[in-house]
Amino acid sequence: MKSKGRFSEFKKGMQPTIKELKFTLKKIRQSPLSLIGMSLVSFFIVIAVLAPVLAPPKMADPFLIPYGEEYVTIPEPPSQLHPFGTTTGKIDLYYGCIWGTIYAFRLGIIVIAAILLIGVTLGLIAGYYGGLIDEVIMRFTDIILAFPGLILVMALIVALSQAINPFTGQTWTKIDAAILGIMLVGWPGYTRLIRGEVLRVKTEDYIEASRASGSSDLRIMTKHILPNAIYPIIIVASLDLGTMVLFAAALSFLGLGAPPRYADWGQLINQAGNWVSYGLQYWWTFVFPGLFITLFCLGWNLLGDAFRDILDPLYRRK
Amino acid sequence: MEQENLVEIRNLYLNFYTYDGVVNALDGVELDIKKDEILGLVGETGCGKSVTSLATLAMVISPGMIQSGQIEFDLGKEKLDLLNIKERDRLKIRGKQVAMIFQEPRAALNPVYTVGDQIAEVYYHHRKEELTKAAISEAEKDVKNAKGFKRSIYKRELSLLEKMLKNPKSLTVRFASKIPILKRFQNRIKLVVRKDTVELLRLLRIPDPQRVIDMYPHELSSGMAQRVVIAIALTCNPTLLIADEPTTNLDVTVQMQILHLIKELKGKLGSSILYVTHDLGVVAELCERVAVMYAGNVVEVADVMAFFKNPLHPYSQALLESIPRPGQKFVSIPGTVPSLVNPPIGCRFYDRCRYALEKCPKVKPELVETEKGHMVACHLYHEG
Repeated sequence: MKSKGRFSEFKKGMQPTIKELKFTLKKIRQSPLSLIGMSLVSFFIVIAVLAPVLAPPKMADPFLIPYGEEYVTIPEPPSQLHPFGTTTGKIDLYYGCIWGTIYAFRLGIIVIAAILLIGVTLGLIAGYYGGLIDEVIMRFTDIILAFPGLILVMALIVALSQAINPFTGQTWTKIDAAILGIMLVGWPGYTRLIRGEVLRVKTEDYIEASRASGSSDLRIMTKHILPNAIYPIIIVASLDLGTMVLFAAALSFLGLGAPPRYADWGQLINQAGNWVSYGLQYWWTFVFPGLFITLFCLGWNLLGDAFRDILDPLYRRK
Repeated sequence: MEQENLVEIRNLYLNFYTYDGVVNALDGVELDIKKDEILGLVGETGCGKSVTSLATLAMVISPGMIQSGQIEFDLGKEKLDLLNIKERDRLKIRGKQVAMIFQEPRAALNPVYTVGDQIAEVYYHHRKEELTKAAISEAEKDVKNAKGFKRSIYKRELSLLEKMLKNPKSLTVRFASKIPILKRFQNRIKLVVRKDTVELLRLLRIPDPQRVIDMYPHELSSGMAQRVVIAIALTCNPTLLIADEPTTNLDVTVQMQILHLIKELKGKLGSSILYVTHDLGVVAELCERVAVMYAGNVVEVADVMAFFKNPLHPYSQALLESIPRPGQKFVSIPGTVPSLVNPPIGCRFYDRCRYALEKCPKVKPELVETEKGHMVACHLYHEG
């Protein structure tokens, strides 16, 4: 009896949450673009989760694409053995695209998480305290923003590949260097964005009210300012998750990201570069990896838009 | 009966550093708040009422800075100068000893939390120990009554709660309060808080508190929101309640309700109230003493009866005359408030004063007691 009472109490307590959730789901159903975005992203999640089944790894490192015994330069068209065909060096495109999904997620999530952590912390501190602290942090972000992002990342990767990675004790691998480079270049935009929001929220009465009831600076920042300032950041982060993968692909295309034979879409496109000039004769070499990148970015972009419609209270009730 | 002072503000100077120059917002404010009284702080917009009330919490809105002065707060056991203690100690006084009610009730509530969450936050912050004790006694009861497996769960909860009481920062407690299932030992505390919050809301005559507690601020009417803001202020039974124009934005009937509520609560809780307003009608209705501010100075302090019968300072007189009455011409005070960037050296009311003396623009009048309990800062009443 008692447990039943507790459950109904719990159910009653959850009612507003459920109501909001239902409203959110209704919102999603109503906008076809966000549905497409969500299905694209879930499609990639399914691929990533099922990768060991869809393309069983044959090497010790599953991210290394299996290749033929003898080196064959000419790509082979799609066949029973290689559903997406092969590219230079008899590299299996199907395997590369499937495992490339995991790599894309891994890269996107690690990079965005780190950028969020750095950007949000610095932005909060700069916006909240203002004055000299604000000045120092924001001028530093200005310096980083002043360089073209891709060039700065390239410079960082080149520099890092000469330096010792404190975690492994060896020089940075190309992939780690690329991830770290993108992180170090990506955060300033977030800092700026959240600082602006903090400046807006900081002047609200409830912040003063909270201070008058004895809240410390840290508490005000984390409990009162952050929840009111975070929405644009979440939206931008979801948009950027696709962009960061595109960025990494660009680096790989330039030969600075993943090494050859690594399951990375950018790397596969890099391989395809030689065959584009033949027109559509070797179409599978660039169409399949290109399609994966395009759909992945499109999915996150649409999802970001959907997030905005759902999360932003100004749009939500329209 | 002469009552002791709860707060003594002495010689408070506060400046705002703006692009136009330094604004001398408070120019030697002297104010006493007695124990167990309602003090009305009156004055026109921009005269420093709100700044003074915030300063009572040692809080300043940027770009302001307190230059000098003393704010002595009588805690019963000891007197504290709020301007001379560490920020960490001030945090313990704010919300617990001194609480504040704001002008715009809906803006004073954080839109992303429910009413219950916002009240609970203050509870957690200031009364954690009490809450833990209450939760422990509940848990002990359950341990006694329960059997078997449940009993062992309750025992574990109890031991965690006891640990928390002993040392809230111990590693086990911190660890346990982060892990989803273990975290549930805090549910007891949450239940205690919820019960207290509902009681508090009921005390404030909020209808259906069980429902209101789960509402978000935008779902409340402004009268209701103001009650919630008052509830937040009252969570810790403060000794001083600062009300910064709490009824200015409410319509008249709601205003009346809130005023009655404040009066009633004062009787129940026995705290002092500093009531900031520009509405002399409210002052007459509610307050026991009144302090008049003009351009950053306190110019007159008096009992309410004495003030309305016999206002001494020319500004107070003009203020009372300018209350609109039916059938009479609207009277206003000639001139404007002097700029506080380069304020006059002497009396700041000099150029609008009909009794101005020769020394008024040169010497600043001090707040002097002319009759018992009636203080005024004006050369008219100073001997010599």
